[in-house]
Amino acid sequence: MMYAKVFLVGGLICAAGQLLLLYTNLTSARILVAFVTAGVVLTALGLYEPLVEWAGAGATVPLTGFGYSLATGAREAVEESGLLGALTGGVTATAAGIAAAIVFGYLASVLFTPHTKR
Amino acid sequence: MRTLHREKTPEAREYDELVQRVSPRSSAGSTALALVKAFGVGGLICCVGQAIHDLGAGPLGLDDKAVSAFTSTALIFLSALLTGLGLYDRIGKFAGAGSIVPITGFANSVVSPAMEFKREGYVLGVGAKMFVVAGPVLVYGITASVLYGVIYYVIRLVQGG
Repeated sequence: MMYAKVFLVGGLICAAGQLLLLYTNLTSARILVAFVTAGVVLTALGLYEPLVEWAGAGATVPLTGFGYSLATGAREAVEESGLLGALTGGVTATAAGIAAAIVFGYLASVLFTPHTKR
Repeated sequence: MRTLHREKTPEAREYDELVQRVSPRSSAGSTALALVKAFGVGGLICCVGQAIHDLGAGPLGLDDKAVSAFTSTALIFLSALLTGLGLYDRIGKFAGAGSIVPITGFANSVVSPAMEFKREGYVLGVGAKMFVVAGPVLVYGITASVLYGVIYYVIRLVQGG
């Protein structure tokens, strides 16, 4: 049952991205920026947390979930350490993902040669 | 008799191909198909994430924060591996936004230019170009979260929290 919810919500968020690809001139980079920012805003408005509770990875794996992690990190850090937390919270909460992308990206570039595009 | 197509110069044929490639495919059927593919592949990637999450929370016994770090790290690793092997781009051609929107697409946007620009060196090629897409995402994501943190701080002050 959980996996049906994950599939449904994750699929719908990606389909929303596909609609943007099809009907606007937005490039994939702009769509990623829009989704991460939307994730922060929706979390700030208290709208994204219920979705995460209901659909788990269906809400956290799309890039809106990255925005959700940034925003909840900032909020929790403000509660713990005041104004400085606004600066530290977001990056701290997402540090593992950011560092993983950098390190694995670097390793991949060392180990693999790009496949030529036809 | 030669066909019209054969009489076209190579340039003209190239131009036709370009027009076909650039023109938006607007038929209702192809739009619906693209949406279904994005939905299906995006949903599946999220299910893989849920499975990794359940593995971390269950058998590995990680706490909430560790589980979410474990899940994104594992997904990013898988995406980097598939990108390195040239398989993620193939998924991308099929799935469109279904492979762009999940965090695996974010990882792909780091790994792919890092590999591509290796020929420009490890500092200004790999080191700089891996942030072509990830940079803007981090700039706007982190800035938005800091703004939210400051607003949240002020609201708490006003409410006397």
